[in-house]
Amino acid sequence: MKFVCPMPIEEYDAVTLGHGGGGKLTNRLIRELLEPTLNNPFLAELHDGAMLPRAQGRLAVTTDSYVVSPPFFPGGNIGDLAVHGTLNDLAMCGARPLYLTLAMILEEGFLLQDLWRILASIRQRLEEANVPVVTGDTKVVERGKGDGVFLNTTGVGQILDGVDVRPARIQPGDAILLSGPIAEHGIAILSIREGLSFDTALQSDTANLWPVVEALLDAGGLDIHALRDATRGGVASALNELAQASGTGMVIQEEAIPVREEVRGACEILGLDPLFVANEGRFLAFVAPERADELLEVLHSHPLGGEARIIGRVVSDHPGVVRMETWLGGSRVVDMLSGEQLPRIC
Amino acid sequence: MKYVDEYRDPRLARELVRYIRRRSTRPWPVMEICGGQTHTLIRYGIDQLLEGAVTLIHGPGCPVCVTPLEKIDRALAIARRQEVIFTTFGDMMRVPGSETDLLSAKARGADVRMVYSPLDALELARKHPERQVVFFAVGFETTAPANAMAVWMAHQEGVKNFSVLVSHVLVPPAIQALMEDPETEIKGFIAPGHVCTVMGYQEYETLAQSYRIPFVVAGFEPLDLLQGLAMLVDLLEEGRVEVQNQYTRSVCREGNPHARAIVEEVFEVADMTWRGIGPIPKSGLCLRERYRTFDAEFRFEVATISREESSVCIAGEILQGKKKPVDCPAFGRECSPEHPLGAPMVSSEGACAAYYAFRRLQEAEA
Repeated sequence: MKFVCPMPIEEYDAVTLGHGGGGKLTNRLIRELLEPTLNNPFLAELHDGAMLPRAQGRLAVTTDSYVVSPPFFPGGNIGDLAVHGTLNDLAMCGARPLYLTLAMILEEGFLLQDLWRILASIRQRLEEANVPVVTGDTKVVERGKGDGVFLNTTGVGQILDGVDVRPARIQPGDAILLSGPIAEHGIAILSIREGLSFDTALQSDTANLWPVVEALLDAGGLDIHALRDATRGGVASALNELAQASGTGMVIQEEAIPVREEVRGACEILGLDPLFVANEGRFLAFVAPERADELLEVLHSHPLGGEARIIGRVVSDHPGVVRMETWLGGSRVVDMLSGEQLPRIC
Repeated sequence: MKYVDEYRDPRLARELVRYIRRRSTRPWPVMEICGGQTHTLIRYGIDQLLEGAVTLIHGPGCPVCVTPLEKIDRALAIARRQEVIFTTFGDMMRVPGSETDLLSAKARGADVRMVYSPLDALELARKHPERQVVFFAVGFETTAPANAMAVWMAHQEGVKNFSVLVSHVLVPPAIQALMEDPETEIKGFIAPGHVCTVMGYQEYETLAQSYRIPFVVAGFEPLDLLQGLAMLVDLLEEGRVEVQNQYTRSVCREGNPHARAIVEEVFEVADMTWRGIGPIPKSGLCLRERYRTFDAEFRFEVATISREESSVCIAGEILQGKKKPVDCPAFGRECSPEHPLGAPMVSSEGACAAYYAFRRLQEAEA
């Protein structure tokens, strides 16, 4: 469905300080652009906050800020990430998403055309997920004090009954499932960075993981011990964080980790290790070993888990440390990065 | 993936491991010079697979590790200048100078940018004639031709706002320094494939004869290194002193004449200080007189900045294979990958950093 921008943008083609000043321009931005775009009864109240109905059971809340540069990239934009990222963090708590909030920090001079493209993506993603943005905020900072656009979303979700996923439930023996091939988001972003541009058909893997997570939780219940989306720092960082949080060790098999040809090629050229490159639509599941094969089948039957693999297991040896068995039969420690991953000279 | 998978065939790799283990009668202490090779050995766990048959001593061939402290401090002094865009290969960004690193300088407002080639830096200079663009020309013989080419092109085109901070080191003088040490344990060398792609391996034939020690020029993929090590173990077991070339798809005896010519045109051999080792005569490159105007050290008058290295650190002895990282009083205490005192802790392929990671594993298992 094609949705047309509801606000005439001829008057101003870019964000001005006035759009965040609280006066008429702000009012127009909200009434003519945001409210009709994100259209729902909660926002239509035009109140200071959202008043929500009583919820059943346990809730999960998460918040995340989105500062990706550049904001448009192959396979999506910052708006897609801001919805998917927060929905995914809820999903990793075993929670069905109920509501989102949306805060925008815009830099003076940011093109309204671009803002519209971002909002249109947000609207589309919300419709797909059937989740409303119930309250929001817009601020404008002077030129040079921001990077075009920053977004923040907070999500509220309802934790499914009969589900308890958290790091402390990871135990030795657990099988480690990975939902699909890694490092596509990070490489897609790198491919258009200044001074680095290279041609690739690769697209960001940004996706709402809740549908596949829900299928997994429905099938596995309490046998799903923990979930983690492998965003910043990639699969390696996610595994390290969970090994430390749960006091267990982890062993993964290099050969089992799916990496697409294009990603491998780009990583070879750029001197990067795909294990440390960001994903926006992949997650790890720690499950009871006797259910592993069956739950892998559940992932395989879903479009977002078609290439899922069992990549390793949790052990009681070397707590807090992730070890990789290489395809050659050797072994090495997969450590956290000291900072950002930097390409090597030689 | 074509041109990669061929060199990562697990079946062939295991055969080579078995061959080396069968052939070797003692744990031969051999050194791979190049940091790129160290990286492959550690990444695939090859060093462990060969335990007892070959003891790999990781050499000083990581340009990040051996760039002297004072060069980093000079880089920082230049990068902090208002008019400068300071460009560098990615992994130099985190190497600590005496007080800070380039990443932190960037955080405080310095215009530091990562590039993949010195020619990208030259392009930045063309695009920003109002700024001074400086490239951190670091590396061994491998990166020298591209760096020389950037300077030569800038000279030809009259690009006045481009310069290079040179920290170039040469492999053969370092091998000589290692072998001059009477206590050295090294019995054979894996020679650096990409350095030899540029320079050829005639210099190594001289070294082999002088020190009665065999060399195998090897590539960087797991099978390259395993085959290279198999060839080296053959030479050692048979007591033969010669230079063999495993990396024939890239290296010939004379090297690349065009690359050597441009290096010769722009650079000349100079004395050089290596981080963790100290000064080695005639072990580096500097710009020739007629290209001196492109030397950032002169342009920004930073050549007088000098620094002493930490006295606790025993990096020199570790790089020569005489001591293990755990023998160092600072290891794991004052010195860690987040706060390195010396070269081998800086880069992930440095011996100290590698030990640091594995010690974590051993301690956790104990």
